[in-house]
Parts: sequence; structure tokens; C-alpha cells
Amino acid sequence: MAVQGAVASRSGLRSALPLLAPAYLWLTVAIFLPLSAMVFFSFMTDLPLSGKPWEFTLGNYAAFFSQSLYLTLLLASLRLGLEVTLWCVVIGYPAAYVLAKVLKGRSREAIFLLVILPFWSNGLVRIFSWAMVLREGGILDTALNAVLPFKINIDLMYSYPAVIIGLVHSYVPYMVLTCYLTLQAIDDSLIEAGRSLGASRLQVLKRVIIPLSMPGLVAGAALIFVPVVGSFMEPRILGGRTGTFYGTVIEDQFVAVFNWPLGAALSFILLAVVLVILAVASPVLKRAA
Amino acid sequence: MAGVQVSNVSRSFGAHKALDDVSIDFADGGFYALLGPSGSGKTTLLRQIAGFDFPDSGRIAIGGESVERVPVEKRRIGMVFQNYALFPNMSVADNVAFGLSVRGEAKATIATEVQRALDLVQLGKLGERRPHQLSGGQRQRVALARAIVTKPRVLLLDEPLGALDKALRVDMQIELKRIQREIGITTIFVTHDQEEALTMSDRIGILRDGRLVQEGPPEEIYDRPKSEFAATFLGDANIFRGDATGNGIKLPDGTTIAAGIGDRLAAGVKASCAVRPERIRIATDAGTSNGNANTLKGQVSKRIFAGNNSTYFVERAGQTLKVIVQNTGNDRLAEGQDVMLSWSPESTVLIAAS
Repeated sequence: MAVQGAVASRSGLRSALPLLAPAYLWLTVAIFLPLSAMVFFSFMTDLPLSGKPWEFTLGNYAAFFSQSLYLTLLLASLRLGLEVTLWCVVIGYPAAYVLAKVLKGRSREAIFLLVILPFWSNGLVRIFSWAMVLREGGILDTALNAVLPFKINIDLMYSYPAVIIGLVHSYVPYMVLTCYLTLQAIDDSLIEAGRSLGASRLQVLKRVIIPLSMPGLVAGAALIFVPVVGSFMEPRILGGRTGTFYGTVIEDQFVAVFNWPLGAALSFILLAVVLVILAVASPVLKRAA
Repeated sequence: MAGVQVSNVSRSFGAHKALDDVSIDFADGGFYALLGPSGSGKTTLLRQIAGFDFPDSGRIAIGGESVERVPVEKRRIGMVFQNYALFPNMSVADNVAFGLSVRGEAKATIATEVQRALDLVQLGKLGERRPHQLSGGQRQRVALARAIVTKPRVLLLDEPLGALDKALRVDMQIELKRIQREIGITTIFVTHDQEEALTMSDRIGILRDGRLVQEGPPEEIYDRPKSEFAATFLGDANIFRGDATGNGIKLPDGTTIAAGIGDRLAAGVKASCAVRPERIRIATDAGTSNGNANTLKGQVSKRIFAGNNSTYFVERAGQTLKVIVQNTGNDRLAEGQDVMLSWSPESTVLIAAS
């Protein structure tokens, strides 16, 4: 039996090979090769491009541990990731619930489009629109002062909240989409059954709906948390001087300082930290789900 | 426990009248079937009683207390859904415990009550299982245990046996009836399966197009249907249409049929007579009436043998009549044979044309 199974799976693999090859070829060329080059760079003293002398070193990784700045920034970025993820849950989950369970037909399609729209707009355009809205004398400031009887001064630009707003805007569709998919799969009769047993809507939400949609929440959180921790565009443009995070420092190494080896080393440290966090969190989340 | 009174309840969805002035009284402790084809409003009515949806007009009372604007979670009802609706994220015991636990009962009380409910449905040992590890019949029992553990005033069942296969369904019918008797709870049961309605319920309400067609004990509805629809939807019936002659009808070809059941109708109005297939005697000798007042000649066009009985289809004046004959070991009739059909007026129901 076992031998037969192995033979069957081997012949299955052979016939699947033409289907798998393009994807794996692409992954090899587009991701594995550049990434290995980066791993290589991260152990060098300098880039070998300009003909300058170079040698192998662990110094780039040591730099992370010798200077407390990097650790401080990494923690700040992790906190940023956590906060943005949390806001995406707070904003995205109710939206997904309404889309999946309340709206039907045309109105659902229309609202869905509104959720997806930021996805289709260019990231830079998105961020600069926020800059126009949030700055002093900007759209939000002017609008609020036109409505409110007293004078207030909204100057969110170049602040931590501005970075959060920009990032949440960019990433909330992931949360809406993943939660929508799991919420839609929950049979309405489960909600009705809960209520027929005397549970309030809130109790049904806590005991039935949220546990059953946990896979979507977890998937959304992973999709958001990882890129936000490494983000640099939103912090730089919307955060200004307060927008120095781990991601912007990595970007600096590549574009400004031209210290690719250090930038690469910092990236891999971030990758390792994120993987450890996901590995530690996954059994806990799996149990919750 | 409590009875349920539905008075003049109407409910429309857009232009569609799902319930049209329905009044029905469910007595305390009874087992009721709401029977009707799909789209007849039976599920809508059940959902009004449950409180998932509110009527446009009319009154619903549970135990004498008006509830038509009370949300479902405050009505103290138990409901079993067609697809069981067990919470997949909880064990069987947690599913059953749900209603008690949202109410904030003590853990020890919950544990004993859950065990008692699971014992009642004969699943006492499966509390730790997950719903997906159970068979259809077992899930059904869990759903029932979950619905009754909170001691609801009314038990509502929405086609609960629809997803089970035939043999299991019969078992569950008996089981459901036993449990209902044991706890004596008022039970309202939606089904489109007439056999299920006949075998299980104390009373049946037949619905059609949002209206209550007839309501009463199964024997009464079967023996004395008040409409052609009731006659043909609950069981099989041969329908003859003609003009009323007082206590019978005259068919277009002049044949008269005497009816012993049903209100007398003014002579000349359009009327029909309904006769159950098993009430008709079939004989080969012309002129054999077996002392029955109603006789018709016909020709056997088809015979279906079903073991304990045979169904004969008899052609007569462009109409196909159905006759069911018990298998008594007597000679069977061949297709194409001329026959004489006879039945008594006491087996004939006079129905006013609707």
C-alpha cells in the first residue's frame, strides 16, 4: 500500500513538474538569486562593485547589537506594526462584518469597490493625498474650522498619528478582505441558533462569530504586521523628523548612505525577528482559532 | 411550558404576501405540524413565532403574553434548524451548554443539566466530540438537546429531519415524539413531508400561499378535507368535479356520486368529491357493487405492485383514477381489463369548489 502510494505520488509529481516549473523558475530568478546576493553582501565590509577592496565580516550584524539605536528603532517599528494592525482590526472587522452579513446585492458590490479602491491607487499618490489633508491649513484643518464655531488647529502632518493614519489606510483592505472571506463562510443559522438560545447579539459575536472568523483575523494580521514593521515610505513622507523607524534606516543605507552591507544585515535581522514572532504567535493563534 | 396563539398575523416581503391573516391556536403541550409546499409561508410563520422576524400586523402570544415585538433572545424558545446549526468551534457539551452559559448559570448546574439533556437524547458519552465527528442523526440529537436544555416554553423545529436518509428519519420521528412526550413541551414542527406530519403530530395546519387552508387532528384532515388542496396535499385523493345535487354531485356525463361527508351544498353550484384510493373496491364482474351506492366502470391502464399493496390506475371518461388494493393473495387484475369500481358515500367527501 505504502509503496503503491509513493509510486503514485512520484508519478503525480512528474506530471505536475511542467506546471510547477514556471513558478519555481521565476521564484529562483526573481527572489532567491537577489536575496542570496543580499545575504552575501551582508557579510562584506564594502560593496565589490567599485573595485574597492573588501573582505568578509560579521561587523554589520555586530553593529545592530553594539548600537542601541537599532534595537530602539526595531522596537518602535514593532510597536508601529502592532498599532497599525490593531487599528486595521478595529476598522476593518466591522466593515467586513457588514459586507458579509448585512449588505446584499448591489449595495454590497458598491461598498466592496470602495474598500478595494485604495488598493488600486498608487501608493505615493495615496500618501501625498494624506499629506494635503493632514497638514496645517490643509483640507481637514480648513473643513473642521469651517464647521466648528471655535478655532482649532489641526496639524497632524509630520507626527506619529499621521504615520498611523497613512499606514492604516494602505493596509486596511487586507483585513477587510481576509475577514470578509471567513465571515461570509459562517452560516447565518449559527447566529440565529445563538440568539434562539438567549444570547444577545454581543454574546453571539464574542462566542460564535469572532472565534469562527479567527483564521481571517490571523491571516489579515500577518499580512499587515510584516510589511508595516519594515515600512519606510509612509513614515518618511507623513512622519517627517518623527518618522524615523527601522524601515527608514534600512532605506537610508541603500539610497542615502550607500552602505548596502549594513542595510542588508539590518533587513535580515528584521526578517529573523518577524519569523520568530510569527512562529511564537502561531500556536497561540491556532488554538484561539 | 405554554401554548402559542397566533392571531390575524400578516407579513409581506415587498409585493409578496408571505403570510396572509393567519390565525392558529397551539395548545399547551401539543405537537403541531405546519405542512405546506415550499413558498406556502410555513417557515415564515415559524420565524414569526421564534422572533427572527416581526409581523406587519396581528398578534402572537406565548403563554398568554404578547411577544410579537419581543426579540428572539427574550422569547425563551428552543429551536432546531434544518442544517442543525451546531457551533463548529465548540464541543458537543459546549454546544448544549451554550444557552445556560449565556444566561450565567453556575458551572456545576450547567454540567448536570448538559449531561441530563445528552442522556435524554442518548448521547451521554459523546460530550467531548466535535460536531464534525458526529453522524447526521447524532448532530440532530445534539441540536435537540441544545434546544431543550434551557427549558424553553416552546420547541420550534424547522424541517429537522429533512437532511436525514429515510430509515434514520423514521427512527428520529419516533425518538422526537418520545422526547416531546417525556418533557411535555409545546412543539411546532415545519415540514413539507405529509407522512411525517401524519405520523408525528396531534394537529396539523396546512398552509398554502400564506394562508391557513385547514387545521385539525391528522385523522380529521385526512378523512374530512375541506378543500381539494387539503385532500390532495395530505395523502392521495381521486377528485371528481361536477355540479352539486345537495348531498352529492352530478358529473358532466350524468353519473351521480353520493357523498356522506362534508356540508350540503345548494344544488347546481360547482363542487367536487374526493375519494381516497384505498376506499375504492375494484371488481372484474360488471354489476358488482358490493352494496356500495357509488359505482363507475373503467379499464385498468397500469398496475404498480408494491408488495403489501398494489396501485391500479383505472381509465374512465378521460380521467385516471387511482385505486389501492391490499395484497390479500387474491387474483391480481391485468392491465387492459374492464373493471367495476365501487365505494360508499361514507368514503366520499363533498367539497365546495374554491
